[in-house]
Amino acid sequence: MHSSAVFLIEFGAIILALGLLGRFAGRLRMSPIPLYLLAGLAFGEGGLLPLGASEEFVAVGAEIGVILLLLMLGLEYTASDLVSNLRAHYPAGLVDAALNALPGAALALLLGWGPVAAVVLAGITWISSSGVIAKILGDLGRLGNRETPVVLSILVLEDLSMAVYLPILTALLAGIGLAAGSVTLAIALGAAALVLVLAVRYGRLISRVVSSDDPEKLLLVVLGLTLLIAGLAQQVQVSAAVGAFLVGIALSGEVAEGAHSLLAPLRDLFAAVFFVFFGLNTDPASIPPVLLPALALAAVTTLTKIATGYWAARQGGIAPKGRWRAGGTLVARGEFSIVIAGLAVTAGIEPSLGPLATAYVLILVLLGPLTARCTEPVATRLSRRRRKAASTAEAGKDPSPARLDDQDTVGRA
Amino acid sequence: MGAPRLSSTPLPGIGVRYDLTTHEHRHLSVVAHRDGERTLSAYRKDDPDDCALSVRLTAEESATLIDALLPAHHTPNLLSTTDLGLVAERIELSGSSHWNGRLLGETRMRAATGASIVAVLRRAEAIPSPTPAFRLAGGDTLIVIGTREGVEAAAEILGRE
Repeated sequence: MHSSAVFLIEFGAIILALGLLGRFAGRLRMSPIPLYLLAGLAFGEGGLLPLGASEEFVAVGAEIGVILLLLMLGLEYTASDLVSNLRAHYPAGLVDAALNALPGAALALLLGWGPVAAVVLAGITWISSSGVIAKILGDLGRLGNRETPVVLSILVLEDLSMAVYLPILTALLAGIGLAAGSVTLAIALGAAALVLVLAVRYGRLISRVVSSDDPEKLLLVVLGLTLLIAGLAQQVQVSAAVGAFLVGIALSGEVAEGAHSLLAPLRDLFAAVFFVFFGLNTDPASIPPVLLPALALAAVTTLTKIATGYWAARQGGIAPKGRWRAGGTLVARGEFSIVIAGLAVTAGIEPSLGPLATAYVLILVLLGPLTARCTEPVATRLSRRRRKAASTAEAGKDPSPARLDDQDTVGRA
Repeated sequence: MGAPRLSSTPLPGIGVRYDLTTHEHRHLSVVAHRDGERTLSAYRKDDPDDCALSVRLTAEESATLIDALLPAHHTPNLLSTTDLGLVAERIELSGSSHWNGRLLGETRMRAATGASIVAVLRRAEAIPSPTPAFRLAGGDTLIVIGTREGVEAAAEILGRE
């Protein structure tokens, strides 16, 4: 039983370190995700403290972490939320995908990593972090702001897109042919559509079957059901994460509320383990070579996200200041970029992909809160300066109003 | 301008936002979180999309605030017992009160109104659970607990000159 003692010591040390890092992050009022990643880098191969005995358990825990992350995301939304959002805001979703997925794909092709890595990197740069952004909105007191629904609807669409994107990615990573891949995708899309329809029509019924007044039984039923469905989804090559996400969507009402509060601590534990695991599999020495591309990618995709938010808020009839705020808020990437990168790393494609994703997420998870706060003041100051310059240049004429003020009066009725 | 209207906007993953535009054209909103908490926001005049104030309230704090906002209430509520249907109020006897120097039992308070006098505050001390033989004096503050109607009736009796 000597090895079990070693395991307990190692795993306990990891969890304790994460707890202390989390407290430290809380004191700095920042997301703990970057610290968890750094902890993983420190523990793993080439790091300070190579682990042995607990490696396997951490790997399984990481997988459960991804499943719980997506289950909880599904629980946040009701199916009707998703459907109405999809109807109302799909143009914003398309603009978001085009502007933010393309830079990632382009970089992967430039580096000569091939088409599969391009799809992976596209996903990494495309999906903003709903968790980090929801926290930013709360911290900055912007929940009541008028541009906030625009920001949230883009996040919803991204999360919904994951249900399509992940099966495609799993098929590509598994290297199955076009025919088999199409079948997989059809299954995934069919399942997603079916769950949405069932949840909209019979959501109450599903929830009543699962419902239980006793928290213990509710926890076991929801967790068991989720892992089972995730496993089945994995079996038909759809991706366990998508299965979990669909379970979350199918549950609504009281069950969702109850499950949310019961599972939140579990999610926090296993998600932290997942971030550590990702760091463990990344050799710190491999990060410096990809730092430059990561920085360039972060810079480009920061600008594209700001543009996306600006455009979407303008469509929503928000005044210029609010448009800049919406753009700056959307910049943060986080857990899902790591989830996508994690899939690619386990599949063992391009070895530099993991380090690049790590560096990229580290940069943007730290930069996101800053852009959320500063984009609007900076943009306002710049446009004011431009206006001044224009008015002095065109002395005698009216000072030219700043561009894009065309919808300034909307929403002010 | 008819009656004020609340409009609602769903915030997926967070809750619902209710908006109100006042007669002065100021915008207020309340975000109802799923866990029962509320965020109260008031918008800036110069940027109608941005909040000048954003306060997070627990369910209990919201209830207390509603209590203060209701026009019918103009007396500070001693205990937050609104959810039980009981209120507690401080009622002061004036110097020229009918009850000055009379016994508490003579008010027949409990029989007439169903409200209880649980304590009397006199100068710097508090006398808990006064008996019917307790002698009242002008300037006393009586703490009365009962239903809203009962306490109103008690205030009327104690207000006799």
